[in-house]
Amino acid sequence: MLSETVRPSSDARPGTSPRAKPTRTPGRRPWRRALRRDWQLYSLAVLPLLFFLTFRYLPMLGNVIAFRRFRPGGSLFGEYWTGLRYFRLFFTDPTFWSVFTNTLVLGALTLLFCFPLPIVLALLLNEVRSRALKRFVQSVSYLPHFLSIVIVAAMVMQLLSVDGAVNQFLGAVGAEPVAFLQQAGWFRTIYVSSEVWQTVGWGTILYLAALTTIDGDLYEAARIDGANRWRQTWHVTLPGIRPTMMTLLILNIGTFMAVGFEKILLLYNPLTYPTADVISTYLYRVGIVSGNLSYAAAIGLFEAVIGLTLVLSANAISRRTVGTSLW
Amino acid sequence: MVSTDARARGRASRPRGIRPTRGYRIFQAVNAVVLTGVVVVTVYPFLTIVARSLSDNAYIVAGEVNLVPRGFNLTAYRVVTSDPTFWVSYRNTVVYTVVATLISVVLTTCYAYVLSKRHLRGRTALVGIAVFTMFFTGGLIPNYVLVTSLGLKNTVWAIALPNAVNVFNLLVMKAFFESLPVELEEAAAVDGLDTYGTLLRIVLPLSKAMVATMVLFYAVSFWNSWFAAFLYMDRQDLLPVTVYLRNLLAGATDATQTGGGLGSADDIVQSAATIQSVTIVLTVLPILAVYPFIQRYFVSGIMLGAVKG
Repeated sequence: MLSETVRPSSDARPGTSPRAKPTRTPGRRPWRRALRRDWQLYSLAVLPLLFFLTFRYLPMLGNVIAFRRFRPGGSLFGEYWTGLRYFRLFFTDPTFWSVFTNTLVLGALTLLFCFPLPIVLALLLNEVRSRALKRFVQSVSYLPHFLSIVIVAAMVMQLLSVDGAVNQFLGAVGAEPVAFLQQAGWFRTIYVSSEVWQTVGWGTILYLAALTTIDGDLYEAARIDGANRWRQTWHVTLPGIRPTMMTLLILNIGTFMAVGFEKILLLYNPLTYPTADVISTYLYRVGIVSGNLSYAAAIGLFEAVIGLTLVLSANAISRRTVGTSLW
Repeated sequence: MVSTDARARGRASRPRGIRPTRGYRIFQAVNAVVLTGVVVVTVYPFLTIVARSLSDNAYIVAGEVNLVPRGFNLTAYRVVTSDPTFWVSYRNTVVYTVVATLISVVLTTCYAYVLSKRHLRGRTALVGIAVFTMFFTGGLIPNYVLVTSLGLKNTVWAIALPNAVNVFNLLVMKAFFESLPVELEEAAAVDGLDTYGTLLRIVLPLSKAMVATMVLFYAVSFWNSWFAAFLYMDRQDLLPVTVYLRNLLAGATDATQTGGGLGSADDIVQSAATIQSVTIVLTVLPILAVYPFIQRYFVSGIMLGAVKG
C-alpha cells in the first residue's frame, strides 16, 4: 500500500498507468490492479455516484414515460407503450406553440440583455480610478445575486403595485397608474429588467478577472501606434476577454430554453399567460397540477433535447470560429 | 485567483503619465454618473420595501410611501413576528439548510477528492458522468415521479437529496484539490496514512477555506430555494420561509384577481402590502447580515471555478 500510494508524477494522464514499467497484459489486468491499489478512493466515489445515478440518470431514463402510458402510483417507467402519441398531441396543441414562441422570445431577450450588459459594466468598472469606489460599486451590485428568487419576485410586486414606487413616478409626470403585473404587454419588460437587476453585477466577476490578466505592454504598444482610449478598448481589451465572452455565451445559449422557470411561476398569472407562459411553466401545469405526467414528460424531453442541441452546436461553432470551447 | 498586486500592475500599466484628454475626462464623469445609477437602482428596492414595512397602511394605499416611511409604526412587525407559522417556517428553513448543506458538502468533497487524483483509472469517466448532467437533465416530470415514488414527499430528503451535488461546485473543489502540492500526500503515505487518513488529517485541514466556501455556496442556495419545498411539502408546518412568503404573495394576487382587478379587493391587497414588506425584510435580513462577510468567499470560489471551466 505504501509504495503504491507514492506517485512518481502528478501529471500522469488519466487512464494510463502512473508507473513507468508497462504492465504485460493489457485489458482486464490494469483494472484489477487499480482496484486493489485505489479501492479506498473508489469507495469514496460510491455515494456521490449513487446520487448521480439515482437523481440524475434515473430521471433521464424516466423520460420513457413520454412514450408510455403512466399511471400514478404505478411503475416509475409507465405501463405500456404508446409510441409518439404524446408528441403528436403537443405538436398539434396550439397552446404548446404559443408557449414555445414565448420561450424563444424571453430566451432571446434575456440573452440580448443579460449577456452583454455585464461586459459593459465590467469595462466601466475597469476604468474607475478610485479603488474604494470600484470596490463599493462591486459589493453593492453583487448583492442581488444572493437573494432568493421569491424575494426578488416579492420586490418586483411591491415596486410595480398600483401604489408602488414606479407608479408614483408615473403619477409625478402626470401619467395614469398602470397595473403592470396584470397586463400581458408588460411582462417581458418586467421579466428581463428584473433578470438584469439580479444578474448584471455578479456577471462582471469573470470579466473583471479576465481584464486583470491582459498584458500591460499591449496597451503600451497600442499607445505608441497612436491608439486612443476607445481604440485601445476595441483592439486590446475586448480581444483580451474574448475567451471569457465566448465561454459565457455558450453557457448562456445552453440555458436559452430553460428561461427562469421559477421566477415566471412566481410572477405570472392567467392575465399575463399570453406573453408569460413558457414551456417549463406549461408543462408544470399540465404535468403536476393537472396530472398528465406522460404528456408533460414528452414536452420536457423535447425541451431538454433542444437545449442540449443548442449547447453542442454553439460549442462546435465557437471551436471552429474562435477556438474557444467548453471541453 | 487574482492577487491584488496583479490588479495593481494591470491598472498601473494604463496611461498615467500622459495628460488625460478632454474626451477622457468627460468619459470619467459620465462613467461616475452611470455607476452611481447602478448603485441607486440596486439599493432602491430595498429602501422602498423598508419604508413600506414601517409605514401606515393608509399612506401606502394613497401611494405616498416611497423612500421615507409615512405614519411610522411597528404594528406590521408585531403582527408578523407574533405569527407562530412564520417562526415555524423560519425554523424549517434553518433545519433544511443545515441538513442539506451537510450532505452536499460531504458528497462534493468526497467526489472532488477522487476526481482530483490524476492517476486514478476511470477518472475521465467519473468526471464525464458528472459534467454531462450540467447539459442534460431528466427534467421536472421524471424527477417529480421519482421523488414521489421513493416516498420522499414531506421529508427533508425531498429537498436535500435531489440537489445534493452541484457540478459547478464539484469542479471548483476538484480544481482546488488539484492545486495542492503532491508532495504532502506522498509524505503522508510514507508516514503510513491510508487514503482516508490522508484526506481527513492532511488534505481537509489544508482546505478549510475551500470547505468554508462550499458550505456557503450550498447554504445560501438551500436557504434561498423554494421550489422543491413548494413541490414536495403538502403540510403548512413543513414549509420553509421562502414558501411562506410565496404563499403570502400568491394570496394577495389571488385576491386581486377574484376582486376584479383594482376595485373592491383593495383592502385585502393593501393590508397585505405592509405585511408582505415586513416579511420580505425579515426574510432578507439574515442574508444582508452575513453578506459582507461571505461575499469574498463567493468571488474567490467563482474565480477558481472559472480558471478550471
